[in-house]
Amino acid sequence: MRESAYILSALRACLADHGSGSVRDDASGLMPLGHAPLDAYLDGGLRRGQLHEIFAEDAEDGGAATGFVAMLGILAQGGDGSQSRRKPLLWLRTEDAQRRGGRFHAAGLAELGGDPATLILVTVPDRLALLRGAADALRCAGLGAVIAECWGHSAKLDLTASRRLTLAAGQSGVTALMLRPGGRPAPSTADTRWSVRAAPSHPLAANAPGQPAIGLTLLRRRAGPAGKSWRMEWDRDRRRFREAEPAPARQPAVSGALLPLPAGGQAADLRSLSLGA
Amino acid sequence: MRLMAVNSVAKALGLDAGLALADARARVPDLAVHDHDPAADANWLDRLARQCGRYTPMVTTDPPDGLLLDVTGCAHLFGGEEALAKTVAAWLEELGTAVRWTLGSTAQAAHALARYGMRNDRAMDEPVAIRRLPVAALELDSESELGLRRAGLKTIGAVADRPRGAIAARFGAGAILALERLLGEAESPLDPDYRQPAVRIARRFAEPVANSDYALAVLDDLVAEAIVQLTQRDRGGRRFEALFHRADGRTRALRVETGLPTRDPAAIRRLFDERIETLTDPLDPGFGFDCVELAVPVTEPLAPSQPGLEGGHEPGDDVAELLDRLSTRFGRDRLHRFIPGDTHIPEQGHIAVPALQSAAVMQWPMPEPGEPPVRPVQLFDPPEPIDVIAEVPDGPPYRFRWRRKLREVMRYEGPERIASEWWHGSRDPLGRTRLTRDYYRIEDAAGRRYWVFRHGLFGREKSDPRWYLHGLFA
Repeated sequence: MRESAYILSALRACLADHGSGSVRDDASGLMPLGHAPLDAYLDGGLRRGQLHEIFAEDAEDGGAATGFVAMLGILAQGGDGSQSRRKPLLWLRTEDAQRRGGRFHAAGLAELGGDPATLILVTVPDRLALLRGAADALRCAGLGAVIAECWGHSAKLDLTASRRLTLAAGQSGVTALMLRPGGRPAPSTADTRWSVRAAPSHPLAANAPGQPAIGLTLLRRRAGPAGKSWRMEWDRDRRRFREAEPAPARQPAVSGALLPLPAGGQAADLRSLSLGA
Repeated sequence: MRLMAVNSVAKALGLDAGLALADARARVPDLAVHDHDPAADANWLDRLARQCGRYTPMVTTDPPDGLLLDVTGCAHLFGGEEALAKTVAAWLEELGTAVRWTLGSTAQAAHALARYGMRNDRAMDEPVAIRRLPVAALELDSESELGLRRAGLKTIGAVADRPRGAIAARFGAGAILALERLLGEAESPLDPDYRQPAVRIARRFAEPVANSDYALAVLDDLVAEAIVQLTQRDRGGRRFEALFHRADGRTRALRVETGLPTRDPAAIRRLFDERIETLTDPLDPGFGFDCVELAVPVTEPLAPSQPGLEGGHEPGDDVAELLDRLSTRFGRDRLHRFIPGDTHIPEQGHIAVPALQSAAVMQWPMPEPGEPPVRPVQLFDPPEPIDVIAEVPDGPPYRFRWRRKLREVMRYEGPERIASEWWHGSRDPLGRTRLTRDYYRIEDAAGRRYWVFRHGLFGREKSDPRWYLHGLFA
């Protein structure tokens, strides 16, 4: 059963080599995302060989932000759907990020259309090591993209640090993605800065949650205006973004009589409210 | 409590191993006693054996307190067998050890002569010297030894003169084997602990060098020499080991590893620099290094290549070099690649192998086209407990509280049931309780998607199953 799954997936990869409809890289150093209004706004797509910062709108949107970065990483790997030509993806995480965001789950990357076999995960002890490692990795032109993930705010992630990353990325042409869930935007030399939040998905049959949908706000852009928001969906099979279908009217999943909330939980919340006030 | 070992001063006062501590104290009231620590002794012996690698590659420990060196073919480098033995003994005495040494034609003979012959010398006539040894040199059990002595056989020679059959009949074949080994009639080969690496180059200094920069410059020369040797054999090194022997007998070892075989001196030097930078205590010359050694313990075939002629750099090459550098800096256990694990348990769905180690690329199964992702990219470890309100105890969640905030379930899919892998027996990945998990993919009013599970089947496995949040979807 497992063996046949591997054979099937190899055959699918073979087929993807032929009729591939995924986003193609062009020579201009731009990476089209596949979402037409956004690509038009960005004059063609995200710039390769630049630093892009991704923040979560709320600490609880960390899942959406992580997913968005993984999707960008998959796009930056290129390879037109064939797994053999994908460039390796280097993902650096601090130990703190692993504690707060959770342990990396390779099957989840495969579910987004990525190939975990081309991923190298580096767990570093602290933010300084993260920045040093990222700067070294960005000098290596063989990589598709470098993702640096760190949680919270830090004085170490200053203008000098981001300048170093931008320079290294510019020389090699490798795209640098800085994932900062729970962080506050600070002055940096990043080409673009994004804020990501989860968005309701288009439901599947039986009211099941559908394809990953995210709300995206361009907070800052070095080469042009910013401040616009988009809603988009990730198309795993074509490995590109697309415009989100509007979600229909929503109602609670279950209806009928309910059990009351446990008293302890309520009381605890009231207490914290009064303390906060 | 009994004495395990005594030094020469204590011996002169009439104390010996095996004496009760109370008796010893009665005889010598101000006796200095330390706790017996066999592990530390073994460790020390092991370290000495490793150091003896500078005299001969064939070294083995002879527990609890012996070292066996096979000096065949090495003695002339030190001016003869006896000169070599005296050099080793002098070095050990400098370290504060009491040494008793001898040379023998077999390992067993050397062992017996050193332990029971009581001389720091080479026996003039080895067979005679062995025949004069007490029967204790056979190292039989105490009963057999007593039996031999009661029979009037006091020396090895006396036992050897008896018919072998009679001795075997009374003391067993083991006694005959021990005797034959001691007399050199049966083989007693040495099993050296330390294998000779493929390439090993040493540079000895006439005077200890107290400048670590100079020692590192010497290491550069050694790397260049090693590259020449590797090129001649069409091999590349996967692991390099620099040993800095200090004058006080300590050795500092620096080890670096590469993911692909290499013969690039600049790359090797960069890895050593990276390693030196990560040292918590710097390379301290102490009273000086008296020898710098470079070993290449692991090599692999590497055909010569001419990048200039063959059209530039290999594309994967610099990535491999980057991984080597990062592995050296952060440690090889911090860089991982993933291969699929053959299990349905989510947290064991992949096997993380060090990036330096993995060679084979495994194909990951592709997800079903048209379906949404059913696994999140990151999993909470451990899963975070949540308070769930459900319509029926074994139904989907209606609303839940995570991080003190109430969330309405708008859409859900499930359950996806993941049961224990009972065939693993006591090594079940779900632990001893083996509770079945029912996973739900749910979406709340804000559009956030969660992966939650009920821990245990309601009614059958648990009366009040707990709920956990295992991950967040994009």
